[in-house]
Order: sequence, then structure tokens, then C-alpha cells
Amino acid sequence: MTVDAGMDWGAIALTLRLATWVCAILLVVGTPTAYWIAFSRWRFAFVVESIVALPLVLPPTVLGLYVLVAIGADSPVGRWWMQLTGHGLAFTFEGLVIASVIYSLPFMVQPIAAAFARVDPSLIEASATLGASRWRTFRDIILPLAKDGLFTGVVLSFAHTVGEFGVVMMVGGNLPGVTRTVSIAIYDHVQAFEYGAANRTALVLLVFSFLVLVATYATQRRAWSPVAPR
Amino acid sequence: MSVLAAALRVRVAPAFDLAVAIEVPAGITIVLGPSGAGKSTLLRCLSGLARPDAGTIRIGDRVLFDAARRIDCPVAQRQCGYVFQHLALFPHMTVAANLRYGLAHLDDAAAGERIDRIAQSFRIAHLLDRRPDAISGGERQRAALARSLVTDPAYLLLDEPLSALDHRSQSRIMDDLRDWNRARQIPVLYVTHAHREALALGERAMVVDGGRIVATGTPQEVLDAPASELVAQLAGFENFFDADVQAVAADAGTMSCRVHGTSVDLEAPRLRGASPGDRVRLAVRAGDILVATTKPTGLSARNIFPGVIGGLRRVGPAITLRVDAGAPFEVHVTPHACRALDLEAGTAVWLVIKTYSCHAVAPDRMATMSS
Repeated sequence: MTVDAGMDWGAIALTLRLATWVCAILLVVGTPTAYWIAFSRWRFAFVVESIVALPLVLPPTVLGLYVLVAIGADSPVGRWWMQLTGHGLAFTFEGLVIASVIYSLPFMVQPIAAAFARVDPSLIEASATLGASRWRTFRDIILPLAKDGLFTGVVLSFAHTVGEFGVVMMVGGNLPGVTRTVSIAIYDHVQAFEYGAANRTALVLLVFSFLVLVATYATQRRAWSPVAPR
Repeated sequence: MSVLAAALRVRVAPAFDLAVAIEVPAGITIVLGPSGAGKSTLLRCLSGLARPDAGTIRIGDRVLFDAARRIDCPVAQRQCGYVFQHLALFPHMTVAANLRYGLAHLDDAAAGERIDRIAQSFRIAHLLDRRPDAISGGERQRAALARSLVTDPAYLLLDEPLSALDHRSQSRIMDDLRDWNRARQIPVLYVTHAHREALALGERAMVVDGGRIVATGTPQEVLDAPASELVAQLAGFENFFDADVQAVAADAGTMSCRVHGTSVDLEAPRLRGASPGDRVRLAVRAGDILVATTKPTGLSARNIFPGVIGGLRRVGPAITLRVDAGAPFEVHVTPHACRALDLEAGTAVWLVIKTYSCHAVAPDRMATMSS
């Protein structure tokens, strides 16, 4: 490594690829989870909510350790993946995706669940009295009225994935082009006393994060309330 | 033309259950009652939004709900028109898209024709391209009503949707609804807690209180001869007196009642089964009391007694007098009458009340009107 390495374009590209995959998977997994949390009448629904929120409070290293064990070569998941693909999950991009999905789950689920819960219940009931199925009510009423929550969820989980460190370190290691994300790259630079490179990369992250938050809050400000006065 | 029939029981709260049996024929039936009486719960059960603990619900020959036979037709298949209290128009759709929503089974041409027709009937044709937040309150009510009716429901339930409107707008909308229903002849239940609407808007009325139906009949029957204090309050009686029956004139069908703590005797129509010594409540509308500045003679009215005006207050177009006549009375007079008689605080007056303007009410019993 040179004394003052250039921009870490490889790490940045890898990070964006990771965050895109994570967001896509989280949208598919998180939306039904959020729906269930928002509308479940099960009295123990809070248990599921707590599990979803767990990554918020758990140290990333702890979460990373569990994921590492769960996808390791000795685990059922690891063995199944080995049979399927011929290689293990730990220290691979796929392993990193799995870990990041779990780590960012609450950032996708909570804004969406909150947006679902904000939809005026009488709109949902009105839809039913007009003959609409649950699926059609979800697609035509709940989803459009909760789109700000979906946008917030996507932005937050994207940003959160871009910025993660501990989980990547535990599950992905530091393989250039495979698992070496931006935050790991910055860490490496600092370890090697390459403060110039660390600064440049950090600046990219800072600007990116700021823009993300600006976009999110701007959306929320504009958000008109779908809730009727009661 | 079919009848909506239901006999159901549902626990609303630990100490409160709704238990009613109703038959709603074609036409508009007003459901009257105070907040928390169970009116909305009744509508929710009929629509399928809530599930009764026991009972049956039928529309014509079709069984919508039968607890014993485990039949519970889902909301979406009940063909129930429901207009919500806050209308529940979809805010992200135009009025046209709102109307189109319940017609998913029709192609664009057929749906468009139905939408145009109902938009004409309810005078919203010029608003079809607007969103609900871009039209007035009255227009929103029309749009919500049209959205429920465009699907050709088997019965229609309205949960106080017009309460925010002035009386004229309300009755115009209800006239349009009545016109629309002339051809369809479906049962319409209209829930409200304001008595004024009920008088003008329905062919029939029922009163719900404490989870029970306490009165049914034509609106006039329900309101003019209150069988319970509740109905009297709903009907806009301003004066209530606790009284004891002094004497009963069985042949005349009247009774004389002494207002508690006073020496005021009021003659009222005899309450069924009342006998001397019984406690009753007397209800008198403030607008049914006449005011005279000299003692009137040669009148048929049986209740004539002196008093003093305690105060005047202008309420809307009328003037409200507080008169101390042994018992406190509220009396409504017109501004003209007030000027002509020179009425002011301290003026000595005579109050005149017809026997038939004194409504006797059994105080603790919610008697049923129809019996």
C-alpha cells in the first residue's frame, strides 16, 4: 500500500452494491413484517417487535459473532450453502449481505410499520365495505398512503448499511473487492497512518450521509397527513 | 325490495353489551341516541366490521351472519353501503377514482356510465377530477354517499356523516338520497345524536340507549310523546320537573302533579298506570309556553300561574327567558313579542301551558314507545 493511497473507488462501489442488495431484500422481507406488526391483534405482537428492534441495541460485534456462527461451515445454513454453491458463507459477499439485512432490519421495518399504523383505519374499513380484498386494500390504499414511510425505510437502511463497521469486520473480514467496505477501508488507512486517504474517503461518507438525511427530512416535512380528523 | 333484519348481542365493554332486535324495511330509518349508546356498534355489526357474540343478520332471504350456524359473511361480500362519520374518502385519489373503487368488477365503459349517472344525481359531476381535500365539506359528503351507492348496495348504513353540515345542506342531501332510493327501495339506517335531523329526514325512527332499543315509531311519534327522559332530552325539551301525582281524572285522561319543593301544580295527560302518590317527571318545551303580562282569562289552557322574569338572553333568533314561577322555567319568545310586551328582568308575567304540552315521563323506566 502506498503512503497516500488514491480514492477507494473499489470499496465505495462494493459498499453501494452491498447497500443496494440489502435494501432490495429488506423491502421484500420488511414490508410484510411491518404490515404484521402494524395490524396484528395478537397480544404478544410486542415480542416480535422487540426481536426486530434488537439490532438497534445489540453491539455490532455481538450480532456479527452470532451471524458468523450461524452461517459458519459447521452450521446447518453454512452446510446447505456449501452444498449449493461449493463454498462457505463466512467471509463472502453473500454472508455480508445476510448479516447486513439482519443488522438493518429495524431501520426498514420501523418507519414502514409506523406509516402503516398511521393510515386512518376507516379508510381500510371503507375499502372493505366497497368490496376490496385485503390484498387490494394493501396495494391501493395502505401502500400509497405509506409511501413516505417506505422511502424513509429505504433511505435509512441504505445509509445504515453503508456506515456499518463492526458486523462487517466480524462476518466479512477485510477482503478487497469482496468484503472490504468503505468504513473498513477508512479503518485500514488510519491503521497505516494514511490520514489523507482516510480523510478523503471519510468526507465522501460524510457528504453522502448528510444528503441522505436531508432527503429524508425533506420528505417528512412535505408529508401530508393521510389521517382524517377524529 | 328487502328487509334488513337483525337480532344480535355483542359485548362492547365489560359492563356494557348491545342487545337489539330490529327490522328495517326499505326507506330511511333514523337511529337516535346519545354518544356511547351503542349506535355505532350496531352499524359495525350490521356491516361486518364488528362481529356479534350471538344472533343473526339477514338482508331479505340472504343470511349474512348466524352465530349458531357459524355463518359470517365477510365485509367485502355483504354488499353493504357504509358512509363513515369522517367519510373516509381516499385522500390520494380523485373523486372519480373514489367512485370507481367499488366497481372493480366492471370494465371502464360500464363503470364510467354508472359513475356519471350517480354524479349527476348527487350534483358532483363537476368535481370528478378533484381530490377530496380540494372540495367543500358538503361536496365531500355527497361524494362519500355517491361512492357507497354507486356499487348498488343491498342496504345502506350512515354513521352521522352529515352532522358537520347545516340543516339545509343536510336535508338537501337526504332529499337526493330519498330520490335515489325511490327506484331502489333499499333499507337505509341513519345514525345521529341530534334530534333536529331525525324530524325531517326519516320515515321511521328508533332510539337506542344503554345498548337497548328504547323506542321505535315514526319520528313524530318518537319525539312528540316521550316515553322516557332520554327521548325527551333528545327531542329538545328544555324544562324538566320532578313531580308527584296529586290527583288523577280518569274520565278526562289527565292528572295533576305537584312539582317537588314548590306549590306549583301542573296538569298533564295521564301517564299510563299512574296513580296519586307516584313520582313522575314532567317535560315541557320552552317554545310551548305562552307569556302574558296580565292574567289571561277565557283560555282553554289549564296551567296558568304568575312569575317574575329573572333574566333574558338572545339565543339565535329567539329570546330565552328565565322565569321564576315557583319553579324555574325556561321560555322561548320571539324578539317581536319581547318588544311588544316590554319584557325585561323583573317584569311580572303569567305563564300559560296547555295540558298537552306537559309531557309526563316515567323517571326511571325506559318504556317502549311502540307498545
